[in-house]
Amino acid sequence: MMQSIKQQPFRAAVLVLVWGWLLFLVLAPNILVVGASVMTRDPSTFISLPLNFDAYRQLFNPLYLDVFLHSLYMAVMTTLICLLIGYPFAWALSRVEKRRQMLLIFLLIVPFWTNSLVRTYALKLILATNGLLNSALMSLGVIDEPAQLLYTEGAVIVGLVYLLLPFMILPLYSVFEDLRQDVLLASHDLGAGRFATFKNVIVPLTLPGVLAGVMLVLLPAMGLFFVPDILGGSRNLLVGNVIKNQFLDARNWPFGAAASIVLTLTMALLMFAHRLSKRRLGEEGA
Amino acid sequence: MGWLSRSYLALVYLLLYVPIVVLVVFSFNDSRTGYNWGGLSLRWYESLFNNHAMVQAMWNSLWLALTAATVSTLIGALTALALHRYRFRGKRVLNGMLFVVMMSPEIVLAISLLGLFLLLGLKLGYVSLLLAHVTFCLPFVVITVMARLAGFDERLPEAARDLGASDFTMTRTVLIPVIMPALMAGWLLGFTLSMDDVVVSTFVSGPSYEILPLRIYSMVRVGLKPEVNALGTLLLVFSLVMLMVSQWILSRSKQ
Repeated sequence: MMQSIKQQPFRAAVLVLVWGWLLFLVLAPNILVVGASVMTRDPSTFISLPLNFDAYRQLFNPLYLDVFLHSLYMAVMTTLICLLIGYPFAWALSRVEKRRQMLLIFLLIVPFWTNSLVRTYALKLILATNGLLNSALMSLGVIDEPAQLLYTEGAVIVGLVYLLLPFMILPLYSVFEDLRQDVLLASHDLGAGRFATFKNVIVPLTLPGVLAGVMLVLLPAMGLFFVPDILGGSRNLLVGNVIKNQFLDARNWPFGAAASIVLTLTMALLMFAHRLSKRRLGEEGA
Repeated sequence: MGWLSRSYLALVYLLLYVPIVVLVVFSFNDSRTGYNWGGLSLRWYESLFNNHAMVQAMWNSLWLALTAATVSTLIGALTALALHRYRFRGKRVLNGMLFVVMMSPEIVLAISLLGLFLLLGLKLGYVSLLLAHVTFCLPFVVITVMARLAGFDERLPEAARDLGASDFTMTRTVLIPVIMPALMAGWLLGFTLSMDDVVVSTFVSGPSYEILPLRIYSMVRVGLKPEVNALGTLLLVFSLVMLMVSQWILSRSKQ
């Protein structure tokens, strides 16, 4: 080791810096969260001994369980809607001529580079009681009175879909780009109909993209606490709102930490599924 | 390509852009209520710039984004180079950790950092924000630079070494020029991520250093504030310029 430091001081310096940063600001804080989740709440020092699993037990308290299940429901709906909109979109996008494609992708990532808070606020202008959508529907004679659109579950889902759709489309687009036309032709030549080709060829080949998209949408859809704050009112909370309240307002760190570990475990599960689907595809392709 | 898929693409783009267009149009609206059109006006831009706390938050945010993007580009570039060139123990672990940072929900990163800072007794403010922002920008810089290095002719650094260049000299004269476009793109991405972040900043910022997204957050939670339309429009123009510059740099380097 000493030898290599003398030989390559630059290499050693780089490795120490990189490892130092990641160990100090990624690994250590995460160990801390795991530790906090099994400790006891303490008003002055936030956490203290003894160790116990009370925080995890509290997750199953009907009050919080309801919030979690409702949050999961909204996140799953958001993901499904993103998938339903994004899948055909990515497919169509991958078949646009190359020159136009670049422009269209540029247009897709512009919102990603724009302040998400401001975009959520823009939805509020549209969905408010005397906002644009209600005025439009009323002047068209669809409804007589303004409908309650804001501060509903639907508003939260619309907000989440609006913010997260590009994250579903981009991984899907990249798998559709790799989908070779000759594979589809081969399927056709072998006598498969359109539906059979879709079911047996296109879906399995694009599955890694679907799972990557699901991963990129489902998790933020449980964490983006500012969306319900702006669009959802107090009855449509996300897991993210619970974690935020526990850490910043209620000062119950063990419980907040336990809730965040649930999110992390969900992520681990999704990453595992994504890996598995890629590996299976690799084996079949070989 | 049929008319069906064309109109489908158009419809989705329309839905993505309607809120943004509404925002921009309403930022020039004279009406106070913010729903009906009251004629063209720049009054919200004016009240924005007369708002001291707002202007201060804007400067704070710019400075934070500038420094966070610079530090994360430096560390990210070195990380990418190390991953690309060196064999070392725990390389897979390092890769895995970067991937986890990128994929894990922001709120998980946020509370873990808050815990660390409070445990260390670090006062929440500029320093805590900087450390947090660099951490979440880092993986994005690493993958941008790695992508650039993936298509790179390995014989160039070897030739430099054969001609007697030290590791450091070779990095400076051969590798840095090659990854320059990726560094600039990564910097711009980091800058934008930092300017946009709400989730992590909510946890790790203190009253001593107020930044723009948190200022906006406290404004939009209750009711409608026409100043936000004006501010949003400015931010939109700003990020559009940044994005165009970054695309231009990347496309020019490909030719």
